[in-house]
Amino acid sequence: MVALLEAKALSAWYGPIRGLYELDLVVEQGGVTALLGANGAGKTTTLRALCNMVRRAGTTTFQGVDISRRSTEDIVRMGVAHVPEGRGTFVALTVEENLRLALHTRRDKAAAMRDRDLVFGYFPILQERLHQQAGTLSGGEQQMLAIGRALMLAPKLMLLDEPSFGLAPLIVREIFRILRQINEHEHVSMLIVEQNAALALDLADTVYLLETGKVVTSGPSALIQNDEALRKSYLGY
Amino acid sequence: MDFFIQQIASGLTSGAIYACVALGLVMIYVSTDHINFAQGEMAMFATYLAWAMINAGVPYWIAFGLTIAVAFFGGLFIQRVILKPLEHAPVLALVVCFIALLSIFNAIAGMIWSYTIKQFPSPFPSHDLFGNGLVSVQQLGVVGVTLVMLGLLTVFFRFTTLGLAMRAAAQNPASARLMGVRVAWMLALGWGLAASIGAIAGMLVAPIVFLDPNMMNGILVYGFASALVGGIGNPMGAVAGGFIVGVLENLVGSYVIGNELKLSFALVVVVGVLLLKPAGLFGRVIVRRV
Amino acid sequence: MTANWANKRGVGAGALLAWAGLALLPLIGFITENTSFDYYMYMGQSMLIYAIAVLGLNLLIGFNGQISLGHSAFFALGAYTTAILMNFGGWPYWATLPIAALVCFLAGLAFGFPALKLEGHYLALATFTLAIAMPQLLKYKAIAGWTGGVGGVLLDKPDPPEWTGLSADQFLYYLCLFCAMSLFWLVFNLLRGRSGRAIMAIRDHTMAASTMGIDIARYKTVAFGISAGITGIAGALSAITVAYVAPDSFTLQLSISFLVGLVVGGIASLPGCLIGGAFIVLVQNSAQSISDWMKGTFALRYDVPAWAIYGVLLLALMYVLPDGIAGGCARIRAWWTTRGRREAQS
Repeated sequence: MVALLEAKALSAWYGPIRGLYELDLVVEQGGVTALLGANGAGKTTTLRALCNMVRRAGTTTFQGVDISRRSTEDIVRMGVAHVPEGRGTFVALTVEENLRLALHTRRDKAAAMRDRDLVFGYFPILQERLHQQAGTLSGGEQQMLAIGRALMLAPKLMLLDEPSFGLAPLIVREIFRILRQINEHEHVSMLIVEQNAALALDLADTVYLLETGKVVTSGPSALIQNDEALRKSYLGY
Repeated sequence: MDFFIQQIASGLTSGAIYACVALGLVMIYVSTDHINFAQGEMAMFATYLAWAMINAGVPYWIAFGLTIAVAFFGGLFIQRVILKPLEHAPVLALVVCFIALLSIFNAIAGMIWSYTIKQFPSPFPSHDLFGNGLVSVQQLGVVGVTLVMLGLLTVFFRFTTLGLAMRAAAQNPASARLMGVRVAWMLALGWGLAASIGAIAGMLVAPIVFLDPNMMNGILVYGFASALVGGIGNPMGAVAGGFIVGVLENLVGSYVIGNELKLSFALVVVVGVLLLKPAGLFGRVIVRRV
Repeated sequence: MTANWANKRGVGAGALLAWAGLALLPLIGFITENTSFDYYMYMGQSMLIYAIAVLGLNLLIGFNGQISLGHSAFFALGAYTTAILMNFGGWPYWATLPIAALVCFLAGLAFGFPALKLEGHYLALATFTLAIAMPQLLKYKAIAGWTGGVGGVLLDKPDPPEWTGLSADQFLYYLCLFCAMSLFWLVFNLLRGRSGRAIMAIRDHTMAASTMGIDIARYKTVAFGISAGITGIAGALSAITVAYVAPDSFTLQLSISFLVGLVVGGIASLPGCLIGGAFIVLVQNSAQSISDWMKGTFALRYDVPAWAIYGVLLLALMYVLPDGIAGGCARIRAWWTTRGRREAQS
């Protein structure tokens, strides 16, 4: 399979503190890759390093182009949508404005409006709350809005940082169901960071297991799911 | 009664100027969370440039437009080149920076054009509107220009994508980057706009108070007061605050404390608002749900 | 930005030498034939007065983490208190100093109390407004009977006591030096003690300080009061030595000079205050020569005013030397002392 995003010897620092140690990572085109691990393993750091949001070293390529030195916003404009930890909602703007912001970078306005209808198709609640201040939305709705914002960018790759965080199980299941649909119907590849290992393993094709900034093991998710020893020691179930 | 109406009209005129200054301040505050102490001196400097152009024979409205353009790029330049390296510096360093800019502009204006006051032409004829000595065309013109400018800015921020991008960059720079917004340029744009608005304020007030390097000091303080009264994060509030403060200043000056303590009045307003209602009259309280 | 000297047991040898040196300077007057010596004494007085003013500002900004662009107002208040007491009350100059200090302390407390709710830019804004409002307030006709309105108040320069054998300017220099030494000593001891640690803790970690039981409100307002009081004494001394007070001497630009002195000397540095005070006076005096030099070297058409120099300098310092001269010296000293260690390691 074709590598959409590839990281070689990726290291990252928060100030003087090192978070990643020469990580190697490949996200394949069309698939869903999951990054799993305990708290502090470096999962969020990896996503941030890929988008150049923290001090990093190593090489990152996207669609064969070296993006190691590009700014975050330029990487986004190349087709990478990052749904951050905590959703990143623009709380003072309305739902409509949160979504419309994507038009700033889209050339084809008509296509963007079609994408907006797409977002409403997946998340009808957003259309209901269109003119409401985004900060008043519930956690689940804000997560949907965050994914909706990402979709509005017409990305080739979506990075999701703990989409299940703080949400009720029913809503989480719904969101993951929709993520699978987005992956299959819109052909958006995904890299998901999750604490909820079971859900992630279910959705993903490939899994990377991280511990203290290093890759412990990686492989097809079915393999990992069936390895009881691995599951018990690293995923706790 | 006539005197009262005159005071109101005069108050609205000063109010319009304060509103302009306040708008510029709000623009910078909203995009960068900083209070630009140099706003007045930048406006004054731009006005001197206009004066120099008009003196050289350039027609008024062309000089007006050129000055706005020059101010815009000047503001852009200041943000990108001078302030950006200090963006993570402590508050004190930034305040010192603004004060430094204030000093430099004031000094250079005095250096090039000296401290003797100069006449600045007004584009509006000076006769009365209704012929009864209450409201002049000049006053109406100043208020009109301010309202037009406010209208344009509101439309820009509410309905255009660029305006939305600027608002997003100001509120949440990290998320804005993740939407592909070039945040650094949005900040620079905010400064450019603020500088242009300031230039307009300077050119509107110069015919009334005469042009001199220190003309904006008192007005700046009133601009602050207006921005605070209206709610420092709110452009429409800034304008409303400007008119309120302008009228109040005139009424209080005429009926209560006399015209000599106007700046102390501004001080009371500034401190009062900061203590009693820091969000101002129209400041919005943002609801956040986790 | 912890002050390492605060942990030392006593005043350093360097400081003692510096003050001794300053005390011996006027004695040169007895051996020199230089006719401008009295003028140098006058400059020395100004430097010490500015140093005291900067000390007051430094206590607030450098050691307590608040901010003020309005200390020119407290300086003015001290100056006018002295002027009014001397002119209308017939008070001797030295008796006015503690009163000026007290009045300014109370004014500082009064301003410090509402200032509790303000941080950073907002406090800067409130004090900025204070600085701009002050000259107009001083010109207010209703109190012109006391303040002398726009024209100000002319005072008599005090005569030195006969037994000292000093000239008026030498004597006033010693007066300023005595005040400076006392105030620096006071602040030094304040900062070394429990109150000082509390004051600095508020600057560094306000929230942590409050959880440790430090009464933030009390320390911040008192810091503001003391800061204003010290700058007020400087103002009083200025009234005595210049023998003239007028509203337009106490504008925003004066506040900016204090800020320049603070930043150049070094924030949170006591010796920095002396450096800052000296710097302000030097620039004021050499503004014309600097301007002439710049006109010559850069073929400028216009005179370069002192304010442009101040402004450019402030900006440059923020980039290059944010700790000021004292900070720069400290860093050089640190680099020098660790040099041996680094060489030993490699």
